Amino acid sequence: MNARRLAEEIFVPHRLVMIAVAIGLLVWAGMAMRWHWIPRYYDLALQGLWRTIWLLGLSCLFGFMLAVPLGLAQAAGPRILAAPARAFCTVIRGTPILLQLWLIYYGIGSLFPQFPWIRESELWPYLRQAWPYALLALTLSFAGYEGEVMRGAFKSVPGGQLEAARSMGMGRFAIFRRIWFPQALQRALPTLGGETVLQLKATPLVATITVIDIYAVSSRVRQDTFIIYEPLLLLALIYLVIAGALALAFKLLEQRFNRGMVG
Amino acid sequence: MLDWLYALWPGLETSVGLLSLQPPGWGGNLLRGAVASLQIALGAFALGLVIGTFGALGKLHGGPVTRDLLSVYTVVVRAVPELILILILYYAGTDLLNQALQAMGRRPVEISGVVAGIAVLGIVQGAYATEVLRGAIQSVPRGQLEAARAYGMGSVQVLRRVTFPAMLPLALPGLSNLWLIATKDTALLAIVGFSELTLETRQAAGSTRAYFTFFLAAGAIYLTMTLVSARLFNWIEARYRRGQVRQ
Amino acid sequence: MKKLALLATTALIATAAMAQADQVRIGIAAEPYPPFASPDAAGNWVGWEIEVIDAVCTAAELDCVLTPTAWDGIIPALLSNRIDAIMASMSITADRLETIDFSDPYYNTPTVIVGQRDMEMDATPEGLAGKVLGVQVSTIHQTYAQTYFEGATELRPYQTQDEANQDLAAGRIDATQADSLAMDDFLASDAGACCEVKGAVEMDEAILGSGVGAGLRKGDDALREAINAGIAAILEDGTYDEITARYFATSIYGN
Repeated sequence: MNARRLAEEIFVPHRLVMIAVAIGLLVWAGMAMRWHWIPRYYDLALQGLWRTIWLLGLSCLFGFMLAVPLGLAQAAGPRILAAPARAFCTVIRGTPILLQLWLIYYGIGSLFPQFPWIRESELWPYLRQAWPYALLALTLSFAGYEGEVMRGAFKSVPGGQLEAARSMGMGRFAIFRRIWFPQALQRALPTLGGETVLQLKATPLVATITVIDIYAVSSRVRQDTFIIYEPLLLLALIYLVIAGALALAFKLLEQRFNRGMVG
Repeated sequence: MLDWLYALWPGLETSVGLLSLQPPGWGGNLLRGAVASLQIALGAFALGLVIGTFGALGKLHGGPVTRDLLSVYTVVVRAVPELILILILYYAGTDLLNQALQAMGRRPVEISGVVAGIAVLGIVQGAYATEVLRGAIQSVPRGQLEAARAYGMGSVQVLRRVTFPAMLPLALPGLSNLWLIATKDTALLAIVGFSELTLETRQAAGSTRAYFTFFLAAGAIYLTMTLVSARLFNWIEARYRRGQVRQ
Repeated sequence: MKKLALLATTALIATAAMAQADQVRIGIAAEPYPPFASPDAAGNWVGWEIEVIDAVCTAAELDCVLTPTAWDGIIPALLSNRIDAIMASMSITADRLETIDFSDPYYNTPTVIVGQRDMEMDATPEGLAGKVLGVQVSTIHQTYAQTYFEGATELRPYQTQDEANQDLAAGRIDATQADSLAMDDFLASDAGACCEVKGAVEMDEAILGSGVGAGLRKGDDALREAINAGIAAILEDGTYDEITARYFATSIYGN
């Protein structure tokens, strides 16, 4: 969308009025509500925001890396691989992520007293922190949802193309890398953006297992000051901005990706 | 009967005992929680459909202001985490409603947890349902509507007798997805302290320290709910598609 | 579609179990807090505080209903009229008194640090430096730990004390700060074998408060008077001591 069209869409009388109302509401909120706590929690909020963002980024990255084999196994794998992959996706998609998170954090935690050698292992300094469990739960969840998307994407690549590549003497790996995967990715990209926003919406749940993300910081403001609505409203605005940025980034990515492809 | 299994797997007998339906087993609590979850999911889904129907019609046939306001609603709900929406609506919603009632000179009402949960999740569902139904209505062939109008049907009649029956099979996959989201989102009410399945599970697990047993059992209950309802939706879809020409 | 609209409305009305106007909704924490309040396998709430609530309501002739509410949102729930009183082991502190009112105190308990047996520590900022301390959110312990320990000590915020205890047993935290009476129960259990009381924290009445009372909306004086009368009555006629004797070895009223 170019700047001129954007301007034409905005400069319509009723939209101008709505924008004015929105600005008015913002100004009213800024003046009438209590915001004096912001400077005190500014540093904490930045740390929390950073934690939310890297949890989101890493879990989407690792989750996607898991989703490709999961999708491939279901689309073209032998039964022995397809069935477990399918079962994994069904279980992840059929249960609430909050429950998965608690199962992973408290379930695994309840094993530690029974097996004392875990505490002597090299991994213990990581195992006793909360973020590895949060990252694991978010990664598995993303892999489950995206694995299903990738299954459809791999299946939808026309078989003729793969046969053509084979008849040209391309190896199996080369076909996957140069033809199958790029086309499947192109088909999955529009949903990938949506899935990432859904993943963003799941991140605040990690606060329930003691990870201090941006949501946990807003809870702390409420706990310390007994101010209820202002931190929540600001938090909603922050998530809105992140989701907007994600949507925009994926749109640009999609445009770039589609450039060299036949539609 | 299960003795050989218990001998093979010593922890199993304790788990089965903990999950039994009669106290001292906690199975009854879990089932009560599951019923509460289903109740809220059903209510929220139904409310979401009502909001979604009006939202979709508003987006397609409403004036420019209605359309823009509906866009704001769907964008905000789909971008802000459900947990935060629930907290805002759960606390502020009751407050605002009572202030409004008082301003109108009525007595404040008390809203139970179930109603609040249904209302909150229903508003979230409504945003997604708006998009699903709008897409489905749009893909009904125009010719069918024009034909109905040519027969002299009024616009409400067209909606009821042509648009809805024609768009329903198109909307069903999306609606089935929404229902699954509704069942899973009820778990979030555990964080505001509403006794549905996840909170009951957390209480049972905390009281007995058998975290694995209870979380796995709750997972199995959720999975059963989602798998059974997915089957049900597939069946409905197959039935609805029967009389229709394949596109 | 009409059917759907009807379905939604009936669903709303059918579940709208509206409480009667003269009922007093007592907010208790929805998370287990033994031995004060925890759900049993039959779905009933049991514990010392549950019995005291019952006795106070009977003595004050109030028609009370227990309303489990998430601890972290229990003050917002009171302020937004979802409950009428909080009786969930909530300490009377200056901070809270700015937002809500309290009844007279009905019990008092020292604040302790419970830590791993095999670790050197005590209940001072120096003794806890470099340690990981678990605290329950929205409690006096969180406020105290943030004031005295945060920085040198890493704080982990838990939704429930129960989960902090669980992580203490798992070894994921080095210590937790909590009410000594609630910790006694944990230390007596199998899971509590890992840990011991490392000492009581230095008193700061502004933060730790002056005992546990019923939290009330500001201006709800009639209810406050009724609950105060109920507390006085059960202290007077021996009901309070009788209930306490069934749960604790010593008096927990304080002075």
